[in-house]
Amino acid sequence: MAKPQELLACLIARLIADASHVAVGAASPIPATACELLRAQGKPLRVTRLHKRRGNPFSEGSRELFDLAGQGRIDYFFLGGAQIDGEANLNLVHAEGRRFPGSFGSAFMYFACRTILFREEHSRRVLVPRVEFVSAPGWSPPEVARRAGPVALVTGKAHFAWLADKRRFRLVSVHPGETPAGVREATGFEYDQDTVGETPLPMPAELELLRGPVAAAIATDYPEFARRVWNSGTEPELR
Amino acid sequence: MEAVRGLIRRKASGLKLLGIPVLGLSADLLIGAGCVAEVHSSAVSLGEAGLAPRFGDAAERGAIKVVDYTCPAVHTALQATEKGVPYLPLRGVLGSDLVPAHADWRVAQNPFAGAADPILLVAALVPDVALFHARWADEAGNVWVGRRRELATIAHAARHTYVTVEEFRAGDMLDDELLAPGVISATYVSGIARAERGAWPLGVPELYAIDDAHLMAYARAARTREGFENYLAEFVWQSRKSSLPA
Repeated sequence: MAKPQELLACLIARLIADASHVAVGAASPIPATACELLRAQGKPLRVTRLHKRRGNPFSEGSRELFDLAGQGRIDYFFLGGAQIDGEANLNLVHAEGRRFPGSFGSAFMYFACRTILFREEHSRRVLVPRVEFVSAPGWSPPEVARRAGPVALVTGKAHFAWLADKRRFRLVSVHPGETPAGVREATGFEYDQDTVGETPLPMPAELELLRGPVAAAIATDYPEFARRVWNSGTEPELR
Repeated sequence: MEAVRGLIRRKASGLKLLGIPVLGLSADLLIGAGCVAEVHSSAVSLGEAGLAPRFGDAAERGAIKVVDYTCPAVHTALQATEKGVPYLPLRGVLGSDLVPAHADWRVAQNPFAGAADPILLVAALVPDVALFHARWADEAGNVWVGRRRELATIAHAARHTYVTVEEFRAGDMLDDELLAPGVISATYVSGIARAERGAWPLGVPELYAIDDAHLMAYARAARTREGFENYLAEFVWQSRKSSLPA
């Protein structure tokens, strides 16, 4: 029925359902799909897609995004990382001798926007006990001005909630086909766990929207992704 | 890009590159060609074409010095220079490993707060040269960059600004109310040269799109030293091949 990308998009859509303004990066087709799903459901959501080739949302240059976010005008943002640790620290610079592109705006945006951490690869290589380099810290001491921070970590295997008071993640649900033990095995950091559910499959109404108006809207900026998920049928279906 | 290819042909060396706020193909070409000593940037990547292979290789071998930034800190440092002040404050960033690596950043107490309120101060940054490509220059020496206002910021902040343009226009664009908001005044411009399709394989809005296939081919070729040299031989040493429509 549902494809993995559709499941992840529906999960993210539920996590950001209270948003009125979300910014989405160039390499984030699944978060962008989640935003388009909310819009297709009739939510009056403003979606600012960065690096849009036509109709870019900014007229004051590339600093405008950070000025907007710094004022608190963007509710949610998405970040990933070459490494993410159990205190929600992000590393986008170097790991295991390999150089990655760099921190981009993470050291600022993580303080300014409620952030969904999103990384499809769920492995001990990515989810580490301690990042080798802190591009952006997961939490800050009380005297440091910080508007927001991590909300959840979504991977290709599971959904974790961020417990700000404990500075730890809690495993909320595992995706269909995964088990809590398997997730524990694939995760390099410690986290809390009590009752673990299964990530809900997309509802028929959600799938209908995803495969209709959402797919069409996404194809404009992420043509390769839209072709892969909705046209070619090469992605394995869940169940 | 045409100016970047020109720098490689002239065997420029020891360049320090500053990304506003990130770098891409230009930087990867210059690094691979041995023109670069230092990279100061929030990121170096080829965007949808993936990692910048010559940057990654040079950084991993320690062949270049890399100073990591975060995007708004680059803008803030240049805005300080625009205003002629020694530094500007920036929220966020505290607790990042970027902070201790920067002698030009300080953490200070917000003097307007009663309680403890540490804030990052970013020192003004003055590039020697701003180099970019634009759509038009006019007879008055003004340059039109449209909504790419970060180009205006670097022109305001740099000691010298050199611009390649698609076309020269008659008249003075500052006399045109519709064009003027996208103009950088000649006050800030040191030199202009015409380079038709000079952004290729990158794009100029409304004129020509990014050549995605070329970028993907570059990203593949430049994974190896040999592939990169072949790329230079085909597209850089042989002046302007393929940069004009066939």
